[in-house]
Amino acid sequence: MNQRPITEDDLHAYVDHALEPERRAEVASYLDDHPDVAGRVAGFATQREQLRGALASIADEPLPAELNLSHVIEGRRRRPRRVWGAIAALLLLGLGGLGGWTMHGLLQEGSNGLSSLAQEAVYSYNVYAPDRVRPVEIRASNSSELTQWVSNRLKQPVKVPDLSVSGYRLMGGRLVATSHGPAAMFMYDDDRGDRLVVLTRPMSNRNLDTPMMPQSTGGVGGFVWADDGMGYTLVGQLPGDTLKPIANEIRKQLRPI
Amino acid sequence: MKDMLVQVEPLIPALRRYARALMRDRAAADDLVQDCLERAVSRWHQRRDGSVRAWLFTILHNLAVTQFRQATARGRHMPIDEAGEQALVSAAAQEQRLIYQDVLGKLAKLPEEQRAVLLLVAVEDLSYADAAEVLNVPIGTVMSRLSRARDRLQQEMDGVAPGNVVALRSLK
Repeated sequence: MNQRPITEDDLHAYVDHALEPERRAEVASYLDDHPDVAGRVAGFATQREQLRGALASIADEPLPAELNLSHVIEGRRRRPRRVWGAIAALLLLGLGGLGGWTMHGLLQEGSNGLSSLAQEAVYSYNVYAPDRVRPVEIRASNSSELTQWVSNRLKQPVKVPDLSVSGYRLMGGRLVATSHGPAAMFMYDDDRGDRLVVLTRPMSNRNLDTPMMPQSTGGVGGFVWADDGMGYTLVGQLPGDTLKPIANEIRKQLRPI
Repeated sequence: MKDMLVQVEPLIPALRRYARALMRDRAAADDLVQDCLERAVSRWHQRRDGSVRAWLFTILHNLAVTQFRQATARGRHMPIDEAGEQALVSAAAQEQRLIYQDVLGKLAKLPEEQRAVLLLVAVEDLSYADAAEVLNVPIGTVMSRLSRARDRLQQEMDGVAPGNVVALRSLK
């Protein structure tokens, strides 16, 4: 008799056949007693059937050669994709824009260490940004602890940029290992759940100052620069012209006075 | 590699369907799937335990979202309302075809977030937890978006424009 109340979620799970049999029976008997709700649920079920029907034929079409997985695997083995990707970008976009970025990233690898920093940020982004359980080790609520920890490890006073003007909240941060020693990673998100990563560490050239440079690797991209021997990078999965003003804001806040 | 072929290959038609339903453009959708497969091949060893299906849909979804945003940032109009309808339903019978065209046209009026969740759950049969992973939101958000998507689509199907709902209800 002590049945759990029927929730909106139950109604959807009923439509999507996601309920356990007992619960399904409870929802069904509830719907018998509530024709108005039953009408709404029946509408959802009709939508579901129509959408499935309307889209079913796509999955039956023969796959074009480009989507043949064996070809995709073989294609990767045969040619160095990154270079071809860069050339394609150049052909498509001319010498400016994204083509310029990608080539810059590829050709100047190691010249001042910024490409490695950008790459490290992309790795951190790929590892931590999708993490739903513990994307950061120290949360924003303990930001003073975070600042102190990373400053001690980097042997540098590290400031955490405030991106609230750009609509991003600090989630927190952690120390990450790079081939050049420890780096401080800060993660931010906005109301849509988009995440950004800022990574900073001392550069081997302790006087390095560079302009801001765009970087991108496999859909994750952003900007990298150095001020007074510290390297900074901002990466995310947003277009460069969205990230640029945020990177400018960070540079403004962190620039040594 | 063998392992990857066995696990990924059977999912390609579904990835294609999701991409086409989102993009409403066959060529653009197939490009996206190709990109997705290339990433899947290069990151196969980095994937976490769990559903390969959810993992692939996550890659594809993120590529689609990036593309939508880039299009928005550039101010270019995505071919959402008119493109692809013929290609989408070519195999269906004539009468059914009109119904299908209609529902796809109405689906296209939903915001991108709502379309995505409805397609993942109702068409691609992802569990709510997998859909949450793909969309990178909590499960509660999946449920509320799903609920909004279904109500909104129902209003479209009932011929009630969203703005008129309140006025009509108050007449009763």
